[in-house]
Amino acid sequence: MSNPLLQVRDLRVDFGSQTAVRDVSFELFPGETVALVGESGSGKSTLARAILRLVEPTQGSVEFMGVDLLKSAAAVLRAQRRNLQIVFQDPLASLNPRMTVGDAIGEPLKIFEPQLSSTERRHKITAMLERVGMGAALAGRYPHEFSGGQCQRIGIARAMVLGPKLLICDEAVSSLDVSIQGQIINLLLDLQLDTGMSMLFISHNLAVVRQLSHRVMVMYLGKLVEVAACDSLFAAPLHPYTRALLAAVPQIPPATACVPLSEGSLAGGSIVSGCAFRDRCPYALPLCASADPPLDEIAVGRKVACHRSHEALIPLS
Amino acid sequence: MICALLVITLLGPWLNPNNTQTLDWLHVAARPGLQGAHWFGTDRLGRDLYVRTLAGTRVSLSVGLVASILSIVVGVSYGAIAGYLGGRTDHLMMRFIEILSGLPLIFFVIFLTVIFGRSESLLFISIGAVGWLTMARIVRGQTLSIRQQDYIAAAVASGASAVRIIAKHVVPNLIGPVVVYATLTVPQIILFESFLSFLGLGIQEPGASLGTLIAEGVGEMEAAPWMLVLPGSFLAVLLLCLNIFGDGLRDALDVREG
Amino acid sequence: MVPTLSIDELSVSFTHRIGTLEAVDGVSLQIAQGECVGVVGESGSGKTQLFLAAMGLAGDAEVAGSIRFEGNELLGANQQAINRVRGSKLTMIFQDPMTSLTPHLSIGTQLAEVLVCHSGLSWREARDVSLRMLEKVRIPEPRRRLEQYPHELSGGMRQRVMLAMSLLCEPALVIADEPTTALDVTIQAQIIELLRSVRSEAGMSLALISHDLAVVASLADRILVMYAGRIVENAAADELFRQPRHPYTAELLKCVPSLSGARLARLPTLAGQPPQPGEALAACAFAPRCPRAAERCRSESPVLAGAPTSQVACHFPLS
Repeated sequence: MSNPLLQVRDLRVDFGSQTAVRDVSFELFPGETVALVGESGSGKSTLARAILRLVEPTQGSVEFMGVDLLKSAAAVLRAQRRNLQIVFQDPLASLNPRMTVGDAIGEPLKIFEPQLSSTERRHKITAMLERVGMGAALAGRYPHEFSGGQCQRIGIARAMVLGPKLLICDEAVSSLDVSIQGQIINLLLDLQLDTGMSMLFISHNLAVVRQLSHRVMVMYLGKLVEVAACDSLFAAPLHPYTRALLAAVPQIPPATACVPLSEGSLAGGSIVSGCAFRDRCPYALPLCASADPPLDEIAVGRKVACHRSHEALIPLS
Repeated sequence: MICALLVITLLGPWLNPNNTQTLDWLHVAARPGLQGAHWFGTDRLGRDLYVRTLAGTRVSLSVGLVASILSIVVGVSYGAIAGYLGGRTDHLMMRFIEILSGLPLIFFVIFLTVIFGRSESLLFISIGAVGWLTMARIVRGQTLSIRQQDYIAAAVASGASAVRIIAKHVVPNLIGPVVVYATLTVPQIILFESFLSFLGLGIQEPGASLGTLIAEGVGEMEAAPWMLVLPGSFLAVLLLCLNIFGDGLRDALDVREG
Repeated sequence: MVPTLSIDELSVSFTHRIGTLEAVDGVSLQIAQGECVGVVGESGSGKTQLFLAAMGLAGDAEVAGSIRFEGNELLGANQQAINRVRGSKLTMIFQDPMTSLTPHLSIGTQLAEVLVCHSGLSWREARDVSLRMLEKVRIPEPRRRLEQYPHELSGGMRQRVMLAMSLLCEPALVIADEPTTALDVTIQAQIIELLRSVRSEAGMSLALISHDLAVVASLADRILVMYAGRIVENAAADELFRQPRHPYTAELLKCVPSLSGARLARLPTLAGQPPQPGEALAACAFAPRCPRAAERCRSESPVLAGAPTSQVACHFPLS
């Protein structure tokens, strides 16, 4: 197994007294797509921003290409940014309304390759626009003239123009129409095939995640509760939360109605002891209120944070 | 209308054979009329009021523009930097502004005048130096909300330095509120300058500004009302035009409407 | 039996500087008593505008056509008549639970207000009814909630409160506009379950608007598919999923990724994008993206035809 491209260890992000991310550790290898799944309050977006150091983590380490980003000086960090890019959820909001689309895509080039002449830069910009399926002539237009799907293509072009090794997609298709989602996902898959980059795909949409990831990590209230290869996770989810999540996804044709999960009362920041999921878990034991289960590797590549992971749990329905 | 005013003030004096200085003893305190080409009449010393009004408007406009530009440049830079950097830097910078705001304006100007003597450039500097305070506050507030936007995060993630982000991403998106506030500031500044001149602190004889002309006019209100009315209306019209211009400018600059 | 809602040739258009925008273009539909109709569409389909117009919330738009609620015409009726119906017999749940409740009034006040205005109850009686309704929508600790303010409740709970509010006066029709879109998947499952049980108890009609076919599949008896301001297909839910007749419906169903079924190397897609506001449309708005499009589709507008519960607007429907 080659060296991991990204290695996160014991990452913790606090906002004042609220903890958004707790003790998160994982690895990401070159060329693979890892999905990060969770609902609101899970901390998945905060985790993405912490990896990029767009928010400052409270403790832990983020080793990217062998360098700990959290301990790096500003200049070193900035130099590494060309290899680590992000595509955001709201395509229009991620583009400067006062900058033409061409300039937005060209900005990373100006920063990292200032030796390029403006002609060379323009060539790269038009090549990138065409690569993401948009006409070169559109470079002079402004973001508000485009639809959501087109803006997202522009955002992807901007992120890809320097050829990053890791692309973080933070709910990149969640605000797009269903008929457009497939186009954008296929674009990302094509780009991955071309460049061999890794992807950290953050989403709450399990069906989409299933189609494009190699491995899946499930987060709940700031903690990783399950990590598994994609097929294994969907075929046999082990953590009660993962099972509840999968059972809750509406299907066509509709699956037989199951008892939905009750609404939790614990907020991520306020958990003092024990498992964060215990108030909603149908399998909770008294142990769960006092001891926080660690993320154990119960099989190769399979991790679960549950006191009862060794038991064969009755399926929810 | 602004353009019309500009044209008049710049070209107007050529239409009239008199200049600001000539004392026409024949027509002292004359009514507006056609004798001696004194269209607006003359003042106590026989100087043509038309020419002096136009000269005064020129002075007021130049003070307004220069002082505004000064306050915009300083205010925007200060506010954007404070807002973007945040934390202690922002805290300190804003406390500094608050201290300065506490100082009474007039005393400050008098103080400067006493130290540096009376001169027009001093007038520009002192007025501009005061106008930037509120601009900085407004810009800082706007910057705080711009900073939350995803495109700023995208710029940071692209490796842009703080300077680059402030210059290319924050400031261009501040244009809307800045323009609106600037167009409110220009009339304010002109009014302030007029006020200072009215009090005798600004432009001095034999120079003319709308303020000094109005001051003289007040003195002659009963005998020669035109000395007050004409410069006064010029001032009012100028301020009105500037406000309308400001609205139009802001709409024109909005990328979305264009 | 008089249909609860009967819409005839409804058009909703907005006039801008740049031109006229037709959000809804000649739509006719009926919702029978006790029926749950799902209205599905993407951006620009007009599905929300259609029902906002029915509620009289269309704003600056020009609304033409006919909207009959329980036989009575709503368009052009006097304000008093509309106000009597709106909020009591014809109610709406909006998409964003964060903004649809008044922030500075307590939950109890907002609920009681509906009853006091429409049913003429006293404030005390209204509070009692509100409490019972909160229990019905399974809000935990309902008595406490009455005193709380919207910001103290989570998204899922706010949506339950909205549902409670819409049920207070025993409505004949509840319009739910993307009620679960802003909610987490697990909370969404709860709300869908709640809507199902409330409907079987109260027996009212439900118009469920969503871009999410799967959500609509869980609840709807009949489904309307909208594209670019027009209805393109109208069919019973299981029939629609088994045998879609309009190419758009078929393509849309293919695009929805599923949890079961094979994992594909590439997702199925629909070429192009939904029409943008102000964009000039071919006679059949879907023609540019349709795999079955022919010359006729670009020049002749297809008309919604067929039996009242199985209609399609296409020159070359699938069979």
